[in-house]
Amino acid sequence: MTVALWAVVPYIALTIFVVGHVWRWRVDQFGWTSRTSQVLESRLLRLGSPLFHLGAFAAIGGHVLGLLVPKTWTEAAGVDEHLYHLVSVSAGTVAGLMVVAGLALLLARRLTNPRIRRATTRADKVLFTVLAAVILLGMTATVGQNLLGGGYDYRATIAVWFRGVLTFHPDPGLMADVPLIFQAHALSAWLLAAIWPFTRLVHVWSAPIAYLWRPYVVYRRRTARPAPARPFEREGASRR
Amino acid sequence: MRVMAQVAMVMNLDKCIGCHTCSVTCKQTWTNREGVEYVWFNNVETKPGVGYPKRYEDQERWRGGWQLDARGRLKLRAGGRVKRLLNLFANPDLPDLDDYYEPATYDYDTLINAPAGPHTPVIRPKSAITGQDMAITWGANWEDDLGGAPEHAPADPNLAAMAEKVKLEFDKTFMFHLPRICEHCLNPACVAACPSGAMYKREEDGIVLVDQNRCRGWRMCVSSCPYKKVYVNHKTGKAEKCTFCFPRIEAGQPTVCAETCVGRLRYIGLILYDADAVLDAARAADPRDLLEAQRGVFLDPDDPAVVDAARASGISDDWIAAAQRSPIYRLAMRYRVALPLHPEYRTLPMVWYIPPLSPVLDAVTGVGADADDPDNVFHAITDLRIPLEYLASLFSAGDTEVVAGVLMKLSAMRAYMRARTVDGTVATDLLEPAGMAASDMEEMYRLLAIAKYDERYVVPAAHREDAAALAAQADGCSLDGDGGPGMSGFHPSGVTGRRGDGRLGLKLFIGKGTAS
Repeated sequence: MTVALWAVVPYIALTIFVVGHVWRWRVDQFGWTSRTSQVLESRLLRLGSPLFHLGAFAAIGGHVLGLLVPKTWTEAAGVDEHLYHLVSVSAGTVAGLMVVAGLALLLARRLTNPRIRRATTRADKVLFTVLAAVILLGMTATVGQNLLGGGYDYRATIAVWFRGVLTFHPDPGLMADVPLIFQAHALSAWLLAAIWPFTRLVHVWSAPIAYLWRPYVVYRRRTARPAPARPFEREGASRR
Repeated sequence: MRVMAQVAMVMNLDKCIGCHTCSVTCKQTWTNREGVEYVWFNNVETKPGVGYPKRYEDQERWRGGWQLDARGRLKLRAGGRVKRLLNLFANPDLPDLDDYYEPATYDYDTLINAPAGPHTPVIRPKSAITGQDMAITWGANWEDDLGGAPEHAPADPNLAAMAEKVKLEFDKTFMFHLPRICEHCLNPACVAACPSGAMYKREEDGIVLVDQNRCRGWRMCVSSCPYKKVYVNHKTGKAEKCTFCFPRIEAGQPTVCAETCVGRLRYIGLILYDADAVLDAARAADPRDLLEAQRGVFLDPDDPAVVDAARASGISDDWIAAAQRSPIYRLAMRYRVALPLHPEYRTLPMVWYIPPLSPVLDAVTGVGADADDPDNVFHAITDLRIPLEYLASLFSAGDTEVVAGVLMKLSAMRAYMRARTVDGTVATDLLEPAGMAASDMEEMYRLLAIAKYDERYVVPAAHREDAAALAAQADGCSLDGDGGPGMSGFHPSGVTGRRGDGRLGLKLFIGKGTAS
């Protein structure tokens, strides 16, 4: 059971994540979008969406710090356990609250506004359910265990296991005695990774950073040269 | 000098009767789909009026187009690159559906299936967005023919530039119709604002398009277009816009709106321009200089130096020949009667308008004078500030001299040709105020009054050597997705979806015949 949950499930999820993205990119670039609904409702979105996204950036940054950076590194940098705990719990709680508040606003408009409700697809419903589960479980872990409870040093177990998964040396035994709430959060996150490529979340990979240095006006030739490009191939760089 | 060709349009507003045939045929061709019910690539508004979407000309509110910063550099009015990326999560300048209108449909089954009875069954409007009952309170041309103008039209941003006293009287004095499509600008703000680089200007003909495969729905183009001619498809979440009917243009045919125009008021032709001069022209310090600056970018297709440079830039001889016959070049540059819409947005728009003389004639008739007497009209043009100021705020960044000059020419042409045909005399005294030679006057009359199909639409077809590439594009059409402009009905929506025969399908490959 331990092996199934902490060595098999992650790789199934990661496989679906990678293969799913390749497949989606090849067959459905037309559906590759954030599917904006701002034109249908903008009052709640203008508050909820920035809250959610900025909070999510902070939360993702926190996870990178907590999961990918080994404890020995931060200690070598002079950050002791107490200081790390203080920073991670306070920043994590603020980020988490932003995400929760943002998601609540976005869900509220999706549920109460008939325009948005009609525009909600099945993929959206699955995504919002899983996303809410991941976030609420994560918030419960952070607030319940690390802020109000005695605290749990996930960097000694979960983080080591997670890095093991990514480096193909998984040690499922590390997860056996992890508190249930952290286990549930981790499993729900794998589920999110598995559905990711089939939802609007793919827009994350299209964050338009290149806009910062692109020439303003893009010119493209009508005819693809020399051979006609297949539809999913990217066109040549713009020129001006 | 880098010569580029641009397919451009001129509309002669005096001939527009506001019949909306262009809008309807355009909608049937391009936007009769779920997700774009509220979208009119071509719309006709009554002016004065608030327009579609409401008050789109108020750039203080919508922040479309370009402006000059303190150092005289061009900058998107909505802010620089970093600021736009920070607004990615919520665009503060995006019009709401209610700024356009909530599209309605009717529950026609109620009519068809009503049992026999003493009362005629009635149907209620249903929102095309929510499916619920709704009251229709606005539309794309709600104030058609100034309907409700005393209530709504004072919100017209063009009136804000005019003197206070005229505001409540204008509806008695004049109105005209303004058909609008995408301007396919030389310096398009929508393209510049697109974070994904999905919007582009075609090198061959200057048509501005959205690559539906690369659009990610960041919706910056919608707010940055000062004409509000890029729209969000709320079903696909992607931007769509007027395509200048590029499949027809490539085949040498005019756009659908032009083809079906009852008043034959549209002209399509090529303009050769110097691509290297575009940005300098858009940077003219005084907005009133933008018209002349843009004319300065256009190149004379009969100038041998231009022809040589065009050939060097890869423009073929048949396209150069088409540019030499272009009605657009004649109207904008030779007779100088066509003017751009809102040049002050600094996008260098390429759909130009011949301002209507009718507001002035209405005003002359309104004071009990004979509108057929050219003297009365000339005096009205110079004395009646109300329609002139209004037209100037639309077509010349507020410079009434420019509009007055055009109206003088149009008025002189009428009187000159009336003398020619009715009295059989040549009214040489009319040539001087118009600043035109007799031959130009008669050629302009011919182009404006009786030009045939192939004189109004001089569209060179795309090249046969490109045909293979064009056909290849048609194969794996990315626009065939559910709700996409292609609407073939075979491609499932998103990951899975219903096929044409109702079965659930999983899409594995893209390309002809493999969608299953």
